[in-house]
Amino acid sequence: MSRMISYEKKNTPIHKLSGFTKLVFFLLWCLASALTFDTRILIAMIIIGAIVYIISGTKWKQVSSVFIAIMFFMVINLVCIFFFAPFQGCEIYGSRTDIAHLFAGYTLTKEQLFYEFNVFIKYFTVIPSVFIFLVTTDPSELAASLNGIGVPYMIAYSVEIALRYIPDVQDEYHKIKNAQEARGIEMSSKGNLLSRIKNTSAIIFPLLFTTMERIDVVSNAMELRGFGKKKKRTWYSKRSLQTADYLVLAFIICFFAATMIITFWDGNRFYNPFI
Amino acid sequence: MNTASPIIEFSDVSFKYRAQTQPTLKNINLKIYPGQKVLIAGQSGSGKSTLAHCLNALIPCSFAGDMSGSLRVDGKEPSKLGVFGMSQTVGTVLQDTDGQFIALTVAEDLAFALENDNVPQEEMVEKVADVADKLELSDFLSNAPGALSGGQKQRVSLGGVMALDVKVLLFDEPLANLDPATGKRTIALIDELLKREDLTVIIIEHRLEDVLYKDVDRIVLMEDGQIVADMHPDEMLCTDLLPCHGIREPLYIAALKAAGAKLKPSSHPQHIETMDVGEYKSKVKEWFESSNISRMKSMADTILSVSGVSFKYDASRQIIRDVSFDIKRGEMISLVGKNGAGKSTLASLICGFYKPDSGKISFYGQDLKEKSIKERGEKIGYVMQSPNQMISKPMIYEEVALGLEVRGVPENEIKERVNNILKICGLYPIRNWPVSALSFGQKKRVSIASILVLDPELLILDEPTAGQDYQHYTEIMEFLCDIRKKLPVTIMMITHDMHLMLEYTDRTLVLTDGRLLMDAKPEEVLTNDGICERAYLKRTSLYDLAQKCDIKEADEFVARFIESERAIGKQEK
Repeated sequence: MSRMISYEKKNTPIHKLSGFTKLVFFLLWCLASALTFDTRILIAMIIIGAIVYIISGTKWKQVSSVFIAIMFFMVINLVCIFFFAPFQGCEIYGSRTDIAHLFAGYTLTKEQLFYEFNVFIKYFTVIPSVFIFLVTTDPSELAASLNGIGVPYMIAYSVEIALRYIPDVQDEYHKIKNAQEARGIEMSSKGNLLSRIKNTSAIIFPLLFTTMERIDVVSNAMELRGFGKKKKRTWYSKRSLQTADYLVLAFIICFFAATMIITFWDGNRFYNPFI
Repeated sequence: MNTASPIIEFSDVSFKYRAQTQPTLKNINLKIYPGQKVLIAGQSGSGKSTLAHCLNALIPCSFAGDMSGSLRVDGKEPSKLGVFGMSQTVGTVLQDTDGQFIALTVAEDLAFALENDNVPQEEMVEKVADVADKLELSDFLSNAPGALSGGQKQRVSLGGVMALDVKVLLFDEPLANLDPATGKRTIALIDELLKREDLTVIIIEHRLEDVLYKDVDRIVLMEDGQIVADMHPDEMLCTDLLPCHGIREPLYIAALKAAGAKLKPSSHPQHIETMDVGEYKSKVKEWFESSNISRMKSMADTILSVSGVSFKYDASRQIIRDVSFDIKRGEMISLVGKNGAGKSTLASLICGFYKPDSGKISFYGQDLKEKSIKERGEKIGYVMQSPNQMISKPMIYEEVALGLEVRGVPENEIKERVNNILKICGLYPIRNWPVSALSFGQKKRVSIASILVLDPELLILDEPTAGQDYQHYTEIMEFLCDIRKKLPVTIMMITHDMHLMLEYTDRTLVLTDGRLLMDAKPEEVLTNDGICERAYLKRTSLYDLAQKCDIKEADEFVARFIESERAIGKQEK
């Protein structure tokens, strides 16, 4: 029973960076990935992402199930693009090179394949950064950082509490699921899909009620210790930026600027190998 | 003894919750002086928690209602200062140590109140180090809550409120979720703090014997929103006030009374260790010799057999090591051990939630290895600690029927079986009630009924009485005894409660660090010093009493006393 996408304490250069740095890096990185369709940049980002992933010491089992879920949606996305816009690639790159006629109005073209390849690798630029961000950022430090860049502390602390309870809620979910399965409420792949969806309520409601109870206790405990009575609060785990943080920040800002220049330099978001 | 002015003064305080018609507190007059340690005892609904909430201003600030009379805490009025203002004077330690662990590490949790008070970071770090030092938490500052033992968590919650230099420490059932040895340490820690620091301590608890492990200045007994007694423990224990108001006396006191001894305050009955039993000795011996015991050894078939089972979640920590035991049909068994000893994991292995790495679990000689969770669930029922973790339907009937419905049992059979179980569980008259209208004890019954309806032969209950007061504890346990008479079911309970284990179970399995340390009768376990120490159990005070009265067969003494208690209990019904 491994805990998914929750913070795990380790001693890597990535973990040592301040939450603020990682937050800025993460936001600019995703923005860059969203804006560009330049294959060269995307490939460069995949390589950088993979290196950072390795440095961060993230384990496969920490992220595997979420990764598989994303892959599932990615395949649906790619298939849908083909069915709804089979010649999107041709339109974008301004040429048409047929590979094979499939059926009715659907023909596989090199341009479409290349376009969908770009969409595909875009996923792979963002996914590792999300994982790395979640598993290497101490929620309380993140909250301190958010508060530091002007987010009200009530909101910042809510984010922290939400992240802090991901593992607890996961444990509770497993416990309840097991007990309900022992009662005969089948949740494993043996049951059919419809009854599984129906049976989910047997887990969700108890989970909800126990979570509510927990919220009640926590909010009382927080109030008893003076949360929310002053306009400002300080943070025990706030870290001042170190040299490494400044270097990373400088890098991501330059990197972002560079990607934007390369992407929009010729007035087109797409890198065109068909010219 | 105190010439100083009281730090807490209730004069004629009454309080009525908005949703209720009757006041929960009625004309309370109570003075508590600086440096005192006061135990507030009473059944659920006696108003003891309400009284505590007045001190930290949760009443009237968070729970609305009408309050009259005047209350002063350290010269201030809680209702005017509000919850935040009072948190600077009264530090409240809640029952649920997991729930009140707000932050991700020990250090941050200790700092939480300071953070909210906008204390600069450097000052905060110093203060946290200081508090951690006092509570011996310095080595754990960067640990996460999950990596702490129950006792350490308790110290963290204590540190969290002490960081603010409070004057009064208020403990709301601090022992409820702790194993007995950890509970004992917590009480010792509170005592030490009281001696070292300038504090006043108020403890709300119904586990009286455990609190009395260290000196208490006064016991305030509440019933029905009023204070019925306010005495020194030595005096209180000599009266029958405690049992009359639903509070369990320390076992040695009950035994002395059963033996016909007239207790006197001058013998200092507060602690068995220091009590002067000289004049009661002969009575106790006489009683011991005149009583006897009718115990039967279970000769029934083996229902469940666990042999050589080992298990680990990951390579780093072995949770269960080579555990073997048998359970006979019809037995009532307790599984005990300190927090984190592997009790729940063992239950999970039996239910098939996890697969053992090695060893065999068989049911009536049949290996369970290939059986799925669902298949095992038809023979082995598992009841989780909180009924809220199990109940998913809005109506009682639907909830109990759920397990049969998903198994495709025909409707008329469902109806018959559900109604039958509801009758056995005493839920039939309220079968059409919504679950939300039930009390905790009733919900617990519903969750047990929803398992019993599947007709399991073995029922495993995880902490069936955790956090319940004596009255509810008795209600749940008598219910289980009753079930056992009506249905051919074998029961295994995971528990922290030494009383439960002594009083209700035939046999005890002691688990420590994943190993089975002992498999014996409860009285043998609880009179064995070595085992108690290693398993974080608490040796029963009956053992000490037997020793003091020169009775050599301490376990026999314990067994005879429990037997006679049971007999008295039956007569009363």
